[in-house]
Amino acid sequence: MVEIKNTIEDDIITIHVIGEVDASSSIYLDESIKEATDKYKKVLVNCEDLEYISSAGLGVFMSYINDLEEKDIKMVIYGLSDKVHHVFQILGLDQLLKITDNRDEAKRIVNGV
Amino acid sequence: MEYNFKVPCSKNKLIEIRDFLYRVLHENDIPDIISNTLVLAVDEVCANLIIHSHHCNPNEQIELKVRVEKGKEIVFDIIDHGDGFDISDYKEPSLSDIVKQGKKGGIGLMLVKRIMDDIELIQGKNKNIYRLHKKI
Repeated sequence: MVEIKNTIEDDIITIHVIGEVDASSSIYLDESIKEATDKYKKVLVNCEDLEYISSAGLGVFMSYINDLEEKDIKMVIYGLSDKVHHVFQILGLDQLLKITDNRDEAKRIVNGV
Repeated sequence: MEYNFKVPCSKNKLIEIRDFLYRVLHENDIPDIISNTLVLAVDEVCANLIIHSHHCNPNEQIELKVRVEKGKEIVFDIIDHGDGFDISDYKEPSLSDIVKQGKKGGIGLMLVKRIMDDIELIQGKNKNIYRLHKKI
């Protein structure tokens, strides 16, 4: 089960992903990223409360890489636990996506400072 | 020790499969970071079978057997009935092609191959055993 909460602060939208993203719940992550990237150029994904991710969830993030580049949208993932971060590392996705430790750093990246 | 678990082919049962696996691995003192990847690999195979082989039909079932040989290896058997999918035939796509095409799927079995030491498909009469080995 996953719960997703969006918050908006100035021109930045934050997608807070809570719980587990697997083959049954990845669609909700997909919908929120789609909605966020339709309207915003600066997107933060708060994964502090993401307990598990499978390939279905990783696939959602991957499927936006091209889109983000084409539309000049900045998306940064932050707050991954060690075990979840390790899952991104197995396939080298940590090299393809922007991932940082904390919110402050993530904000600096989307603001280009 | 051997542990068994059976579930209907429904995507919302994946969480129960993971809970079962976490319990087994925790009971056998497997460190968290390793148990998370093992659970992930089994979850990927189960999700593939539930979605692609059984089309999420809850009247069909998959069965799990976990054998732990302390200090040696863990063997995960995922058993189903129907047409088998030979995972050793699976050709790994390149990550950059997946990104280019904007695809959402295609990396599950890649993860399984990276995580496990050995993968076999044992086919019997209308029965498939997907056997995953991990040395511990």
